[in-house]
Amino acid sequence: MEEEMEVMEERVVEIEHPLPCLSESDTQGIIKGRDLFGYVGIEAVLDQMRRKTMKAGFEFNIMVVGQSGLGKSTLVNTLFKSKVSRKSCTPNYEEKISKTVHLQSVSHIIEEKGVKMKLTVIDTPGFGDQINNENCWEPIVKYVNEQYEKYLKEELNVNRKRRIPDTRVHCCVYFLPATGHWLRPIDVEFMRRLGKIVSIVPVIAKADTLTLEERLEFKQRIRQDLQANGIRVYPQKEYDEDAEDRILNDKIRENIPFAVVGTDKEHQVNGNKVLGRKTKWGIIEVENVAHCEFALLRDLLIRSHLQDLKDVTHDIHYETYRVKRLNESNANGLALSPLTLENGTLEKSDAESHL
Amino acid sequence: MDTMMLQEKLVEKLLCPRTRTTRQKDKQYVGFATLPNQVHRKSVKKGFDFTLMVAGESGLGKSTLVNSLFLTDLYKDRKLLNAEERINQTVEITKHTVDIEEKGVKLKLTIVDTPGFGDAVNNNECWKPITDYIDQQFEQYFRDESGLNRKNILDNRVHCCLYFIPPFGHGLRPVDVEFMKALHEKVNIVPLISKADCLTPNEVKKLKDRVRDEIERFGIKVYQFPECDSDEEEEFKQMDKELKECTPFAVIGSNTVVEARGQRVRGRLYPWGIVEVENQSHCDFVKLRNILIRSHMHDLKDVTCDVHYENYRALCIQEMTSKLAQDNRTDSPLPILPLPTPDVETERLIKMKDEELKRMQEMLEKMQQQMHEKDQ
Repeated sequence: MEEEMEVMEERVVEIEHPLPCLSESDTQGIIKGRDLFGYVGIEAVLDQMRRKTMKAGFEFNIMVVGQSGLGKSTLVNTLFKSKVSRKSCTPNYEEKISKTVHLQSVSHIIEEKGVKMKLTVIDTPGFGDQINNENCWEPIVKYVNEQYEKYLKEELNVNRKRRIPDTRVHCCVYFLPATGHWLRPIDVEFMRRLGKIVSIVPVIAKADTLTLEERLEFKQRIRQDLQANGIRVYPQKEYDEDAEDRILNDKIRENIPFAVVGTDKEHQVNGNKVLGRKTKWGIIEVENVAHCEFALLRDLLIRSHLQDLKDVTHDIHYETYRVKRLNESNANGLALSPLTLENGTLEKSDAESHL
Repeated sequence: MDTMMLQEKLVEKLLCPRTRTTRQKDKQYVGFATLPNQVHRKSVKKGFDFTLMVAGESGLGKSTLVNSLFLTDLYKDRKLLNAEERINQTVEITKHTVDIEEKGVKLKLTIVDTPGFGDAVNNNECWKPITDYIDQQFEQYFRDESGLNRKNILDNRVHCCLYFIPPFGHGLRPVDVEFMKALHEKVNIVPLISKADCLTPNEVKKLKDRVRDEIERFGIKVYQFPECDSDEEEEFKQMDKELKECTPFAVIGSNTVVEARGQRVRGRLYPWGIVEVENQSHCDFVKLRNILIRSHMHDLKDVTCDVHYENYRALCIQEMTSKLAQDNRTDSPLPILPLPTPDVETERLIKMKDEELKRMQEMLEKMQQQMHEKDQ
């Protein structure tokens, strides 16, 4: 028992935040662990949080955008190791180029080690496939804003739900064809517009057609292009909270856009079963970092930055939209607020618009 | 085997003294079987010219493939435009000419490139500059042909157009269909699946089937290899059949030489393996090169001259004559153009006379036969 006590004390030392109950007496404001008269158990909060979120589950909405045939559905299936794309879920799926851009979303609940996640994949068939692709990004911009609007309405409601259903797009994966040259005009137009309202992660699709040198050159040129056009992709530099984040994110930024290859077929390589594409000249292992950067993308999207993506969407993009919207309704005057709220909520909107 | 080679063999056979029966036949041998040989020698002296157009979106490996095909470096100092410059870019037509010589045979090769095709956001009618260019070449040839000094006509007509289909899609895209439909009656189109090293063998097969279906469905007339003569060797026929089933060719190009299996070959080095451009099991580059250069170059030129150019010419003349008829010019000076199409009445008369002639010929033959029988 005594040993346990010692160990616990060591851990307690790391807590340096001022405790709310002690205010007047302490001049420094920070209580060192040594000053506590025993183990308080603050850190158990983490456990409680974990238990609660595990019960509630997570939501994640990912949008995939790109021309038809770039491997969007395959990549999503590979990322989540299950058949979650629109292609796998529609019966009698036929690969046809649709004449207009329309968005389709498919939701699944996937579970791993007791953690449930409601994953929604939003697909954009028809994007960039026509001869005249002007304004093909408009339906997408509209959709993103509509989700923000939905959330805003729920938030401003008087009787709002305990957990507002979150259909906002947390991440938009934009697929660039592996041309090896520069960004195309349509890519620039799309990313410029969407980069302001959603977190964009550009990837080089079907990257098994580029050798390693070509890949490096292509990435460099894309990064130059992005900078020249003022396009900010995730992770954005200005949202780095501290030095630790910045170092981590800088490493990621050096590798953007990720060159990915996706597949759902397995082959035998050196006695192991690996996900890969088998060609006459070799097997391209999808999860091998020496072959392609799929593993880096997966780590970014799921293992390390999933919560960060959601936070950025909520704290930054959604807030920008909210401020814009509320300013609009303010400018329009209280009577003409375009936000059609439920009965009995006019006062609330008055109060909000005075912010 | 090359048709040239086969013909040479024939000539050799004829000139080589063998058995007595052949020697007897030699006495009746006139000797014009050496004509192909003479043509061959003359054309070698004159040299050939060939104009090849490459079309497709940028980044599909067109320049690399051209360099691989002709083992040259036509695009040495090319500067790639960045996205800003390309937003305002229109489709251009650029020409590179190079003189290649191999075993005494000279080839003047012109490559017509179409940078900017299909790159903009709005690609409506992006093929128009290309069709205009082809028409211009036809028109220039037409004028030269109708001119007074026809000694040094420069033939800039496009003999073949390689159209690059991206391997990223599931078949033909709308812009591919529209482009090919706009050009299939003006130039020989050879569709290719570019950057085939991002496809597994199954995917290649699926894509080829799909593209072939769609080409048929949309009624696009791509270049058809001429049918083999029925007296060609079995091996030749088999090769021809295989070739036809292989279209559209899935190609990979490379400017770099890598070391594979102990040899230095043209290829692309990946962490997972080496793609050899000239390996038939890796891609159809060898087949394309054979078709384009080794066996069907002349046929491509012939089809351009006999079919596409004639179509253009007929169209042009029809337009001109209809214009004349509209203008109602009665006493025109000596017309360089042929007479206007005869009206229905004269056509009928001509037909009647033709039939009479035919009947008379048949009667003559019958009479000859009867005389022959009487003799014997």
